[in-house]
Amino acid sequence: MLSFILRRFLSAIPTLFLVVTISFFLIRIAPGGPFDLEQPLEATVMENLKRIYNLDKPLIEQYGIYLWHLAQGDFGPSFYLRDFTIGDLFARGLPVSITLGSLALLTAVLLGGTLGSIAALRQNSWIDYVVSSFGTMGLTIPNFVIAPVFQIVFGLMLALLPVGGWNDGSVRNIILPVIVLALPQLAVVARMIRASMIEALRSNHIRTLRSLGLPTSVVVLHALRGASLPIVSYLGPAAAALLTGSVVVETIFALPGVGRYFVEGALNRDYTLVMGTVVLVAVFVMFFNLLVDILYAIIDPRVRYE
Amino acid sequence: MSSWLKRTTIAAFATVAFTGMAAAQVVYNRGNDADPETLDPHKTSTTYESHILRDMLEGLMAYNAAGKVVPGVAEKHEISDDGMTYRFTLRPNAKWSNGDPLKASDFVFSLRRIMDPATGAKYANILYPIKNAEKINKGQGKVEDLGVKAVDDRTLEITLEQPTPYFLELLTHQTGLPVHAASIQKHGADFVKPGNYVSNGPYVLKDFVPNSQITLEKNANFHDAQNVKIDRVVFQPQKDLAATARRFEAGELLSTSDFPADQAKALRERLGNQVRTSPRLGLYYIALNTTKENLKDPRVRQALSMVIDRELISEQVWGGAMLPAYSIVPPGIGNYKEPATVDFKDMSPIEREDKAKELLKQAGYGPGKPLKVQLRYNTTDNNKNTVVQVADDWKRIGVETSFINTDGKTHFAVLRDTNDYEAARAGWIADYSDPQNFLFILESDNKGFNYAKYNNPEYDALMDKAAKEQNLDKRADILKQAEAIALKDMPYIPVLFYGNNNLVSNKLQGWVDNPTGFHPTRYMSIKQ
Repeated sequence: MLSFILRRFLSAIPTLFLVVTISFFLIRIAPGGPFDLEQPLEATVMENLKRIYNLDKPLIEQYGIYLWHLAQGDFGPSFYLRDFTIGDLFARGLPVSITLGSLALLTAVLLGGTLGSIAALRQNSWIDYVVSSFGTMGLTIPNFVIAPVFQIVFGLMLALLPVGGWNDGSVRNIILPVIVLALPQLAVVARMIRASMIEALRSNHIRTLRSLGLPTSVVVLHALRGASLPIVSYLGPAAAALLTGSVVVETIFALPGVGRYFVEGALNRDYTLVMGTVVLVAVFVMFFNLLVDILYAIIDPRVRYE
Repeated sequence: MSSWLKRTTIAAFATVAFTGMAAAQVVYNRGNDADPETLDPHKTSTTYESHILRDMLEGLMAYNAAGKVVPGVAEKHEISDDGMTYRFTLRPNAKWSNGDPLKASDFVFSLRRIMDPATGAKYANILYPIKNAEKINKGQGKVEDLGVKAVDDRTLEITLEQPTPYFLELLTHQTGLPVHAASIQKHGADFVKPGNYVSNGPYVLKDFVPNSQITLEKNANFHDAQNVKIDRVVFQPQKDLAATARRFEAGELLSTSDFPADQAKALRERLGNQVRTSPRLGLYYIALNTTKENLKDPRVRQALSMVIDRELISEQVWGGAMLPAYSIVPPGIGNYKEPATVDFKDMSPIEREDKAKELLKQAGYGPGKPLKVQLRYNTTDNNKNTVVQVADDWKRIGVETSFINTDGKTHFAVLRDTNDYEAARAGWIADYSDPQNFLFILESDNKGFNYAKYNNPEYDALMDKAAKEQNLDKRADILKQAEAIALKDMPYIPVLFYGNNNLVSNKLQGWVDNPTGFHPTRYMSIKQ
């Protein structure tokens, strides 16, 4: 197992290198640069700026400089938010995104898992239909619709919760964004658990447990172990996406996470920020995929890594 | 609990809480277009950065609540007879937030710093009227030669390249704000961090959380601190205008710097006079590339301009948040009279259409040979709706329009660096209230700004003549002649004038709508 993890870590390095290289040159193909504004700059000022940020050097040299700094863990200065380094921006934004993402993930797994299991146990009952139709809705209504509706209902009409803002992560401020983030995941989890539970409940080992007259809780627990496998493999990439923030939710609720940087970095041609977000997501995805593989081995005794 | 009951309860609690807190702190949650790129005033260029910086720093001259130029750090100034030398006397009680006295040498340091090519100041060109500034900024001179001199601690003398009637107004711009030399020497680029930032204005930097908020606190060392009523200003970037309007309605923001134009009507119904629109010194236009075969002929350009229904676009697309434009220079600008206007302004739509068709026919276009125009714009909903309406108007005179839309960076890079465009949407917001700030963009040697590649020696000659004219009246006449020529040649189709669109809470006192769109917090107060 340990050697497997070690090998995965080592194989991550060339993958990261490829991702960095491709995105470094891709973003440079986009016309315009970080210092272009609607009101254009004087040519000399532009030259000065480019010199300061090494943008006047040949592209391949810039690439070398970037790699050298990256290898030392330095993402470089932001070209756009110039009072901050990319490291600063992540240090401030990631905790926000991770808080929201992990709470949403937790909600989705616990609530979705429960609802899905109940639906599977009571297959074709009214509760099953409610869960299924709720799942369809959660999946099909996009978050840029749900978020404003929640703001209007809970923020303005009922005046129960703040419409937006982070407010140092106060509970009242994060309720709505967490729900909006969790809803689609919750729907997926509920549907997946329902489907795999139905299958698991019909399997031989569960039937044996039932025939022995064991209480439902024990039966469900054993069924869940098998039924959770597809969820685990789904949750890996989903967690990576949730924890690195959501552009839509952060924008609408005015939250200082890192989700916005993906879009803003690209639109502002903030080259270092774009690179930083790419590396961030790549690391998260690789980490969670590894985690999924390890979990698989723990949950499913048939899986072995040699 | 019903929503009514809930609100009353909350309001009751809030009242109790506020009366307790009122003595402690008055907080102003202020919506702002975006986060600043930096809080180093010399490296900024936009108005939304300026809102924050002018609350923290005070230049020689400043804007008051009504957007008029008033003495800032300089309590008085004298201008030499030839208009070339300005002598400023600084306030005796001008101080930095750390208690250091503010000296004339601080301004010498600051102005040299912004012109130093090593600083990489984005908007240094605003201060090019200062003697040798342009040369220094272009790396052809030494900063010591800049026409700025500290006569003594309280007297500053600035010498210009040539008389510049709007120079005092230029000094209100963020590029003219002073920076604290000692903290730059100590902290380098980190002097902008909370804790390191030393400022001389009504407020000091407390905290900057990117994507969330910038918190400023009252500066006890400010010379007029006793009249500053708001203790804390929290600038919050407005990423999503619709959500921002909702936050305003919920009372989470006391003012916003914009609102969604497509909701203007509904907002007015709900919020009444808290929705403010006033003219702003900015032009929304379509640049016509005069080097392109199909747009070479002024008659064609005139026809394209004539047939656009500006009132409809202003009302339907922008909900009245932008106003129809029939001149290049917006009305109400300083150092000018009534702007020159296009000659078709008073013609009826039918007359305009007939005239435009006739002009196109003279230029050789007609049913057999339709004029084809490619129209570029940067993608926003309102831009899209505007250009679609423009194309619709053009269709009435048989013009076939095709669109290319890209993100803003791509759009402006294409306009600046290439010649691969025919017609293109663009905008210009005044940096200072003077017609020269609009008309200079059409000078033939203005490579970066002149998207139309307009080149008319007569126009250039008039602009040169105006630059040398000291008499403001005569200068205004010359500039007006230049504007009239530009409107006849029509390299730019003026479509709309920008508006200042704000949501301003009834609780916020001291907000005065004005064309500059600047609203210094120091003049405001909050009614509980």
